[in-house]
Amino acid sequence: MTLPDDITVKDVDVLIIGGGTAGPMAAVAAKEKDPTASVMLLEKANVKRSGAISMGMDGLNNAVVPGHSTPEDYVKEITIANDGVLLQKGVMTYAENSFKMIEKLDAWGVYFQKDETGEYDMKKVHHLGTYVLPMPEGHNIKKILYRRLRRHRVTVENRYQAIRLLKDQDGNACGCISLNTRTAEIVVIRAKSVVMCTGAAGRIGLPASGYLYGTYENPSNCGDGHSMAYQAGAELTGLECYQINPLLKDYNGPACAYVTGPLGGYTANSKGDRFIECDYWSGQMMMEFYNELQGGNGPVFLKLDHLAEEIIEEVEHVLHTNERPSRGRFHDGRGTDYRTKMVEMHISEIGFCAGHSASGVWTNEKGETTIPGLYGAGDMASIPHSYMLGAFVFGEICGTNAAEFAEGRDFAELDVEYITAERDRILAPLKRTDGIPPSQFEYKVRRLVNDYLQPPKVTKKMDIGLERLIAMEDDIQHLYARDAHELLRANEAQHIYDCAQMAAVASMYRQESRWGLYHHYVDHPETNNDDWFCHVQLYKNEAGEMVCKKRPIDPYVVELDDNEKNAYAQMRVQQTG
Amino acid sequence: MPIASQISMVPVVVDDEKCIAEKGCRTCIDVCPLDVLWINEETGKAHMKYDECWYCMPCETDCPTDAVSVNIPYLLR
Ligand SMILES: Cc1cc2nc3c(=O)[nH]c(=O)nc-3n(C[C@H](O)[C@H](O)[C@H](O)COP(=O)(O)OP(=O)(O)OC[C@H]3O[C@@H](n4cnc5c(N)ncnc54)[C@H](O)[C@@H]3O)c2cc1C
Ligand code: SF4
Ligand code: SF4
Repeated sequence: MTLPDDITVKDVDVLIIGGGTAGPMAAVAAKEKDPTASVMLLEKANVKRSGAISMGMDGLNNAVVPGHSTPEDYVKEITIANDGVLLQKGVMTYAENSFKMIEKLDAWGVYFQKDETGEYDMKKVHHLGTYVLPMPEGHNIKKILYRRLRRHRVTVENRYQAIRLLKDQDGNACGCISLNTRTAEIVVIRAKSVVMCTGAAGRIGLPASGYLYGTYENPSNCGDGHSMAYQAGAELTGLECYQINPLLKDYNGPACAYVTGPLGGYTANSKGDRFIECDYWSGQMMMEFYNELQGGNGPVFLKLDHLAEEIIEEVEHVLHTNERPSRGRFHDGRGTDYRTKMVEMHISEIGFCAGHSASGVWTNEKGETTIPGLYGAGDMASIPHSYMLGAFVFGEICGTNAAEFAEGRDFAELDVEYITAERDRILAPLKRTDGIPPSQFEYKVRRLVNDYLQPPKVTKKMDIGLERLIAMEDDIQHLYARDAHELLRANEAQHIYDCAQMAAVASMYRQESRWGLYHHYVDHPETNNDDWFCHVQLYKNEAGEMVCKKRPIDPYVVELDDNEKNAYAQMRVQQTG
Repeated sequence: MPIASQISMVPVVVDDEKCIAEKGCRTCIDVCPLDVLWINEETGKAHMKYDECWYCMPCETDCPTDAVSVNIPYLLR
């Protein structure tokens, strides 16, 4: 059997899906490992300006720099911040490669802040150690990555949404089915190994503003990778450990404790008082934030009005020109001036993200998922708190390992029946003449997520939420798209729908509370280390059902003292006098 | 299932006088991570076709003629 004419097939040795942060690094690393291999970088947007760092970045949130901290210190910090549930080996691999990656990026021309002596100008934001390295001139990072892609002759394909992964008869990843989002053409990419770098699932919950695209994450990161991995049979992990961030109200961008903290700014309650010890984002910190919001001392604010003029100017320069440059306009529109007014903050919608939290597709210290030949890096994978530098480090590791996996392999035979059935499914909304617009379907899913699945988590609520979501299954056959762009949204909406169900199923499985607000389960308010000191793996079983199982935590590579374990539990500022 | 069209005030504005799309420029359209800028069939200029914007600004920053202005979406203002 051969594929119908309307389906194009392209062959590459290594396929990288997602060209934001981890993706370009993976592509370059694959080429560095094997210059003769053909490497394709498939991107839903345009690699020149895609992903979380499309405009640049304010700094490295987790740089392990000799003289300031050791890999062991860092592993400890992240272990504590993550309530002990993590693959320490993975975090250690990151920590050991962190400085090398900074030097590599520095050599490529990325500008990191240095002090008078030419050393990296490290800042303390975390609870225990010093890991933040500002990059106030961080706008050129995408340009620098793009230059590397060109130099290494990576094939870049923009405006393709990967929708389904392909597996060969032995269960190895062997490519993907993708959609050209401008022409609605189906293109099959056949590959010998695949790296997924599709970013966070940032479009599961609804921002408080009600604007579907006013998310914290780049809305292009809607959970395609999570859904694809799930549908292909991979395990996901820690999905109940949501990403929830403290943000500027309505604008929904980071308030930027990492930028303002070292300069004297802090998170305050409505009285202007500091109430958390440490502004580093963790579930425990978010719990205190939430308590303050709900407890009568809210709203919560970013306080800068006590700072000197030159400091405020510095803050404005970084925050209004770099990573989220429209921020200044937002403040101008409301007449907010850091000099005279505290800036209102709020809690973000929920999401899955390894970069900020610990939720995503399971990956080990080699970047391997549970599907052979399929690797995952960055926000969509599961190495916790990895942020931008983690995306680069694991991008490099995955690219290298994927190139090695591809070596000596042949292209798999294509499953024509599966591919044609998927083509029909993917294109179906375009064939209808009326029906449910993707935006309405998406809004409803995300509204249900807010109503029933965001913390505080309550079994009865999550039951209802899941029931209402499952009832929407029938709506999928009525999704209606008028053009290729709406078809992209229709396919995204289905991935968002999968992610919403995953959030419910994983949350109800872990019958304890952990990670502060991230998994604050009212029916099971205590942390229960006897039964739940483990990973929760979510996957699709043989019968096609969404189920969970426990995965034991691998032996630690860095042990913690008993008095260290609770460091993040003491987030609230102690009252004196 | 009948449908209706609703109007929406979009955040991104293109100055038709400055836009040089007729000379082949597609920069803003190329860089937008959400693919919401398209050529307006009537004017031949770039415009925001879908109200799905992250107010991230590559379109404005990369436009060679300063024709693009990104405003904060109305619901957030
Ligand atoms: C607003 C904001 C501020 C941040 N600030 C900092 C900071 O100051 N310091 C720091 O260290 N970290 C920061 N982070 C975190 C850091 O940026 C991320 O952890 C990191 O960039 C993630 O890299 P990634 O490659 O996983 O995802 P991204 O860089 O987001 O890339 C994902 C890419 O995948 C593409 N994609 C998605 N689905 C598909 C599909 N189906 N097919 C093809 N392509 C697809 C997307 O278009 C996107 O380009 C911030 C994040 C955000 C959102
Ligand atoms: S980048 Fe500027 S000049 Fe080019 S098409 Fe867009 S608006 Fe017009
Ligand atoms: S601000 Fe960003 S999302 Fe909005 S149109 Fe410009 S590039 Fe696209």
